[in-house]
Amino acid sequence: MDQPTWQAGVYAALKAAGVTQLGYVPDAGHAHLIEAAHADPAMRTVLLTTEEEGIALAAGAWLGGQRAVILMQSSGVGNCINMLSLPLSCRMPFLMLVTMRGEWGEFNPWQVPMGTATGPVLTATGAQVRRADRPDEAAEVVAACAAMAFNSQVAVAVLFSQRLIGAKVFVK
Amino acid sequence: MSLPNDGTLDRREVVAALLRDPGELMVVTGLGSATYDVGATGDRPLNFYLWGAMGGAAMIGLGLALAQPARRVLVVTGDGEMLMGMGSLATIAAAGAANLAIAVLDNARYGETGSQHSHTGLTTDLAAVAAACGWRATTTARGMAEVEALRPRLRSEPLFAVLRISAEEKPRHLPPRDGAYLTDRFRRALGVAGG
Repeated sequence: MDQPTWQAGVYAALKAAGVTQLGYVPDAGHAHLIEAAHADPAMRTVLLTTEEEGIALAAGAWLGGQRAVILMQSSGVGNCINMLSLPLSCRMPFLMLVTMRGEWGEFNPWQVPMGTATGPVLTATGAQVRRADRPDEAAEVVAACAAMAFNSQVAVAVLFSQRLIGAKVFVK
Repeated sequence: MSLPNDGTLDRREVVAALLRDPGELMVVTGLGSATYDVGATGDRPLNFYLWGAMGGAAMIGLGLALAQPARRVLVVTGDGEMLMGMGSLATIAAAGAANLAIAVLDNARYGETGSQHSHTGLTTDLAAVAAACGWRATTTARGMAEVEALRPRLRSEPLFAVLRISAEEKPRHLPPRDGAYLTDRFRRALGVAGG
């Protein structure tokens, strides 16, 4: 598969931030990161059945002295809302990387409601929300968000725009 | 209301037996009565009590177990909390953390909200669910002798144990509920607070 350089830069930013646990629900937009993590013996990958599991995983990692990142698609953010009370109540860091659907050339109408709500609902919980819209800024945004999450002990979501990822093409 | 699989174990006796001489055991509790039961055995820095985040106890246990592979983690939770996080039984089995065990205090009820019956009193067997998810060691305890035998196993095996407790309500014992305090003291006790 393609190995776009911006995604390699994002993975390097996670490594530089000291992340050693990576939880994910599979997503095409995160495929490179997931592959890179599986190929890295120093990264513990955890395949999740639903996204909110990842928030609890990251909380446990922090209790045990490790740093985690959770990868999901915007639809999965909707599954996470109550579980975000865990890092927010406990003043734990939480870093999530979210690939956006439903905002740029979307084919599937079922993706539009949660894609529209992703940023506002995260903000409403008290999480910090930042966007990466261009390939040349993605790694820098992730590095800054990781630094903020782990040093200021806040929940930070990085939204990778659908324009950056590329709209999913449906072929009959 | 009488349910077909009502247990008879006393929940406070069960938890006191499981946590006797805890040493450096790391304990994560599910919200509600499991938090009160563990708090009632004696507050300690390596107890991490949930007061919310329902369905998250087992996965906190996994993240902690992966971060601290040389130590043991015990998750103590109720049937309702475990039912809400049932997918995590598949996640944990697939992750294969050998230093994590789960004890479910199963009264087939949602005690915190008025003792409404749960799925475990209707059709769901959580130990069978765990086994089907890939947990190799699962068990259901109905008597105190079995509970006593579980104490060492829960500290040495990746074991999923269901404990059939009675639906009797106990006085609430409220351990600390400030999450930032609980987190900080836990990390300090482990010596990882600098990270």
